[in-house]
Amino acid sequence: METLTALTIGAMTAAAVYLMLARNFMRFLFGLVLLSNAVNLTIFVSGRMTKGAPALVPYGADAPIGDVGNALPQALVLTAIVIGFGLLAFALALAFEAYRRMNMVDTDEMRFAEPKEDTSK
Amino acid sequence: MSWVLVLPIAVPFATAVVAYLARNAPAGRWISLAGSALSLVVSAMLMVAVLNEGVIAAQMSNWQAPFGITLVADYLSAVMVVITAITGLATAIYALGEIPEDTEKLGFYALFQVLIAGVTGAFLTGDLFNLYVWFEVMLIASFSLLVIGGGKERLDAGIKYVALNLVSTLVFLSGIGLLYGVTGTLNMADLRGAVAEADNQGLITVIAMMFMVGFGVKAAVFPLFFWLPASYHTPYFAVSAIFAGLLTKVGVYALMRMFTLVFVGDVGFTHEILLWVSLLTMFTGVIGAAAQMDFRKILSFHIISQIGYMTLGLALYTPLALMGGVFYLVHHIIVKANLFFVAGLAKQYAGGTDLNRIGGLYKSAPLLAALFIIPAFSLAGFPPLSGFWAKYLIVKAALELNYWFVTFVSLLVGLLTIYSMTKIWGYAFWKPHPEGYDPTPDRAPARVTRAMIVPIAGLAAMTIVIGFFPEPFVQFAETAANQLLNPTDYVETVLGVQP
Repeated sequence: METLTALTIGAMTAAAVYLMLARNFMRFLFGLVLLSNAVNLTIFVSGRMTKGAPALVPYGADAPIGDVGNALPQALVLTAIVIGFGLLAFALALAFEAYRRMNMVDTDEMRFAEPKEDTSK
Repeated sequence: MSWVLVLPIAVPFATAVVAYLARNAPAGRWISLAGSALSLVVSAMLMVAVLNEGVIAAQMSNWQAPFGITLVADYLSAVMVVITAITGLATAIYALGEIPEDTEKLGFYALFQVLIAGVTGAFLTGDLFNLYVWFEVMLIASFSLLVIGGGKERLDAGIKYVALNLVSTLVFLSGIGLLYGVTGTLNMADLRGAVAEADNQGLITVIAMMFMVGFGVKAAVFPLFFWLPASYHTPYFAVSAIFAGLLTKVGVYALMRMFTLVFVGDVGFTHEILLWVSLLTMFTGVIGAAAQMDFRKILSFHIISQIGYMTLGLALYTPLALMGGVFYLVHHIIVKANLFFVAGLAKQYAGGTDLNRIGGLYKSAPLLAALFIIPAFSLAGFPPLSGFWAKYLIVKAALELNYWFVTFVSLLVGLLTIYSMTKIWGYAFWKPHPEGYDPTPDRAPARVTRAMIVPIAGLAAMTIVIGFFPEPFVQFAETAANQLLNPTDYVETVLGVQP
């Protein structure tokens, strides 16, 4: 189980990095989504919740019995997902506005904030 | 005692809500101003409480540490909160003159107050995940402030700023996840013990490096600073001043906190890296500035080079060096915000920030010229201004360790800083205006000039006061540095252990 999760996170990160290396800003954002989900999974795994160790108190008992997983990382992941969602919504709106105004998504071509290049040379 | 810790965060948030509701009325800007003034009062109260009682902590909703969220203030946090409030007030006044009405109607003041709340929260929290949340509060407000007002330049800058900062946040977040997996706690005071007892110290060092990268992007250290010069010269001057003053410093603060409180197991490795990073940051920043011809771009590169001095204070890791780092942090916020303010007023008078296309300010606006000289020379480290003492402490710390190369680089970077400052002076103030008109102050309405010159003069006065009477400030920095290096008080106050 752990190996499988680790491999999943690794694969997601690899795909994310591949996407984020692209010049197209939309691809970059898709990569960012993947990466943020990979990070969320990492936090989730840090609770060590496995098949034999649920983060639950059995019905009728006052305290957990046997091996338990840590429930806190789930709360952390939830917070991180919500925040990530907000940031992503902003980034998408920004990308759309940038496309509308500049008519491009290629980040290498965006040089409006840079000093004007000397064309006389 | 918890209200003194909560108010510096709650006041800006409350102001943000009211300012947003009143955004269409002229009252909005005065609400923001009043809120900033109130923030200064409550942060001064926090400072008094810390001076009287040492480290103070409060457990939110009475969830005992390390389970709940703790707010905690030691000397470093308290001074950062106060300086945030001062810069916030200065910017609120400055914005009265600069921000056009249509931007106000978009909720500029609400965003600005949220930014202040986020920064203050980051300085006061004692919980790692909570720190992440404050970083996000700060980030989302800064994203919006950066692009507010529109235009291709701002959107271009915004995309680069947003992209790189989001990546750094993810690195930081995964660091938190892994650290929690290893230690099972997120409370920073509790982490100190838990990290020291962890079985796998190698993994701890790896996590420490993730934090260093995450905070390093925020602090704009070499080689992670590229978002800063790509974006800081585009927004409103009020916005770039508050960014320049505060945002990168949150990164430096977080580095100082984590690498004195938590990650101290392998100082030889982590702080050695920090040392080289600091030197390269100082040097590349100042060289980058030398190549620029835009007022704000030069200043942006100088932020980077100055950040190097602060992290150098942390990297040398002696009481004297940390003391210099803390002093530098406070002095730099005042000076840097002020220089961006000056750039804004210079633009009002002379019609631009491109040094080739402006000039003649010394003749037409001698007061502004005098007010530029003070922060500019303080930045470069001229006695008797505040920057001199800051650099003096760092250089002395390096000399005590017999780090000759470090000393050499620090002094060289100081010299090159003068080069850039005299370049601005020569081009913007001395040289006649190339387009042949006198950049008279009449070009800006009296209302605008008044609102802009007050914060400039106020911050310049603070620079002079720190410069001429450094004693109390240096003593304060010394106590702050001692608290950082021996955080027993901090840990005991947070965890409630009776001494």
